[in-house]
Amino acid sequence: MSAVLDPVHAPAHSGDHAHDHPHGWRRWVFSTNHKDIGTMYLVFALWMLFEGGILAMGIRAELFKPGIQFLNPQLFLSFSTMHGIMMIFGAVMPAMVGFANWMIPLQVGAPDMAFPRLNNLSFWMLIPAAILLTSSFFVPGGAPDVGWTLYAPLTIQQGMGMDLVIFAIHIMGASSIMGSINIIVTILNMRAPGMTLMKMPLFSWTWLITAYLLIAIMPVLAGAVTMTLTDRHFGTSFFSAAGGGDPVLYQHLFWFFGHPEVYVMILPAFGIVSAVVPTFARKPLFGYSSMVYASASIAILSFIVWAHHMFTAGMPVTGQLFFMYATMLIAVPTGVKVFNWIATMWRGSMTYETPMLWAIGFIFVFTFGGFSGLVLALAPIDTYVHNTYYVVAHFHYVLVAGSLFAIFMGYYYWSPKWTGLMYNETAGKIHFWASMITFNVTFFPQHLLGLAGMVRRYADYPVQFTDFNMISSIGAFGFGLSQAYFLFAVVIPMFRGQGDKAPQRPWDGAHGLEWEIPSPAPFHTFETPPKLDATATKILGY
Amino acid sequence: MKQLKYYLTAASALCVSTAFADQSLTGGPQVNGIDFQHPVTSIARDERDLNYMVMLICLAIGILVFGVMFYSVFKHRKSKGAVASQFHESTTVEIAWTIVPLLIVIAMVIPATKTVVAQQNVSDSYLTIKVTGYQWKWGYDYVDGPGKGISFYSTLTTPMSEIYGNAPKPNNYLLAVDHDLVVPVNQKIRILTTSMDVLHGWYVPSFGVQMDAIPGFIRETWFKADQVGTYYGQCAQVCGKGHAFMPIVVKVVSLPDYAAWVKTEQAKLKKDGGTLTPSGATS
Repeated sequence: MSAVLDPVHAPAHSGDHAHDHPHGWRRWVFSTNHKDIGTMYLVFALWMLFEGGILAMGIRAELFKPGIQFLNPQLFLSFSTMHGIMMIFGAVMPAMVGFANWMIPLQVGAPDMAFPRLNNLSFWMLIPAAILLTSSFFVPGGAPDVGWTLYAPLTIQQGMGMDLVIFAIHIMGASSIMGSINIIVTILNMRAPGMTLMKMPLFSWTWLITAYLLIAIMPVLAGAVTMTLTDRHFGTSFFSAAGGGDPVLYQHLFWFFGHPEVYVMILPAFGIVSAVVPTFARKPLFGYSSMVYASASIAILSFIVWAHHMFTAGMPVTGQLFFMYATMLIAVPTGVKVFNWIATMWRGSMTYETPMLWAIGFIFVFTFGGFSGLVLALAPIDTYVHNTYYVVAHFHYVLVAGSLFAIFMGYYYWSPKWTGLMYNETAGKIHFWASMITFNVTFFPQHLLGLAGMVRRYADYPVQFTDFNMISSIGAFGFGLSQAYFLFAVVIPMFRGQGDKAPQRPWDGAHGLEWEIPSPAPFHTFETPPKLDATATKILGY
Repeated sequence: MKQLKYYLTAASALCVSTAFADQSLTGGPQVNGIDFQHPVTSIARDERDLNYMVMLICLAIGILVFGVMFYSVFKHRKSKGAVASQFHESTTVEIAWTIVPLLIVIAMVIPATKTVVAQQNVSDSYLTIKVTGYQWKWGYDYVDGPGKGISFYSTLTTPMSEIYGNAPKPNNYLLAVDHDLVVPVNQKIRILTTSMDVLHGWYVPSFGVQMDAIPGFIRETWFKADQVGTYYGQCAQVCGKGHAFMPIVVKVVSLPDYAAWVKTEQAKLKKDGGTLTPSGATS
């Protein structure tokens, strides 16, 4: 079975007759191959990124100047609602699962994911969910105009689009749970001999923790939206005081999901940064075990901070203090991560290929998001900036400059392994600098708008806020164009097979099993468990 | 801090075209404002000062952390012949960079705790006003203290022509209402919030007050404005298509002016038969 690494057969995808697979559309629809499924996840995420992105362009066009120009207030709110839902559940999470599918089996030396058919199902369930989300704009009443948090009782007033979104969330939640089970079982049971947990690459580690988070929180969200559904149609009153319920119960349930959810989106990103920084600094990660412990601490703390999203919902003084203190504590493990990355760079021998540019950009801008997070965590300041653009700026600094930048970073870092082709370095750098600059032009002024008191989810605003909104809109259009550039100058050429041939180890500082196999990665890898060296980064044989 | 603010404002004014050459509102948004709206309560000042403190601490951490990072980025590059040293793991360093941030965090929450406790102390109020959120306007009921019984709705008066660009937008665009909330200066005003339909948020930046209005429940907060003037706020919690169109205008007046206002309002109330629900009685 060592034919796996046979360079003649490997790229041809068909050499191994024992594992012949269907071609054409059947290859994708019936796929049980972690690499093909990973690719489909990533393509799906890219599609949703553009769908959500077009909504964002609509939002920024309307906010370019005061008054109502393009979107009526209801449609504006639908745009912001669906922008949030599509970006979180459609773009960032599937992209991270795509990375997990591609890289976890390669990193831990497993032949595939533990449950390949479940893997197929968890991808293909996303398609009906995406159709439901998109079609909600075209049903009577339109897409919900409630904000992505779907706060009760405004959800009761919505049209049919609300139900479509609820079902989409059910489906995407089920998909996430199945994907998480797959990841956990793969990591815990299918590591190559010698790949102990504490030798595992950090990307696999952060995903292991993320998968546990997802399994814990997705049922809570499913429960909350189901209660919304029965409140809407079946006469229950979970969230209606008139029937003995409480609208704030929804907020508790939602944020018990919602806060760990933000770590679902950022922990895999931490994993990608922790792979890229040591590679291009040509130095081992400074504190591997402290990074693992910090990730776990962040995950555990994430379950006890949810009500910091509800400081203005009215809460006893002890409640406010508890959630404020717990939230501030998260700064400590997050700081440990940032310090570790910088200590890894220190006295390294650095080069700045595109993945490393994204990594430095990530650390720089994500840390800003951390700072504004400290500001928001303090309940008295939050009383002032809650529900303002300060919050919008904060979470775009951690989710766009955090998760999305990490997704781009991972793409540039690992796509040579996936496709066997090097991306165009100049195009990659243009994409990075254009995104980095326009991102900050878009979102930095929003901090100032928030401090000046501009409330979020407003289709129209007082004239005093005009100039910063114009700057922000111009930046947003630039950011949108930068991503179109990424599609046309980086992704599509790669799909067409244009580019230099990628060597097995395109980065001289890269360590790990994924760099021990040819580029592109053969259709099947590690069908027999590899023998690893003591560090579990090199294959000695099979 | 004032000087810093001055320079920042000047810089932003230079590089920004003022397409809408509007005036700031003293108790509301400032043109290209980059700081908290003018605070007129002790809580609002505490909030602003806490923000300054945290920003300064973050600035210091940022200079340190990014300084080290960019030093390394420029100095330790392969093209300059840097050879990677292979050091890693240092328990001392790792304990230090866990303990020091922890201490910094503790330093930040101590003053914040004091403000949280003060924010929640609604006792000994001079006046209690119930604020009710509606889609899309506010209802005000003076339920206790001088002026008890007064009640009215407060609705946006900005006309559609201004919103749709058929008329020039004034300085109080989207911030004008038919009936201002009137309260006395230097008196503790207790605010009870609730709602008749969906969530709303009663948010007046100058007072440092934001409290959700929740249907079926009552939440409370307070403010004590120490300057006479007109202060502006808006609905903070998303409530449907009219979310941006239900502003809050609070007129803070001297105690005698307040007494006079109460007298006229109560006279109107008697004429209208003494209804206690918001009824637009002042119109």
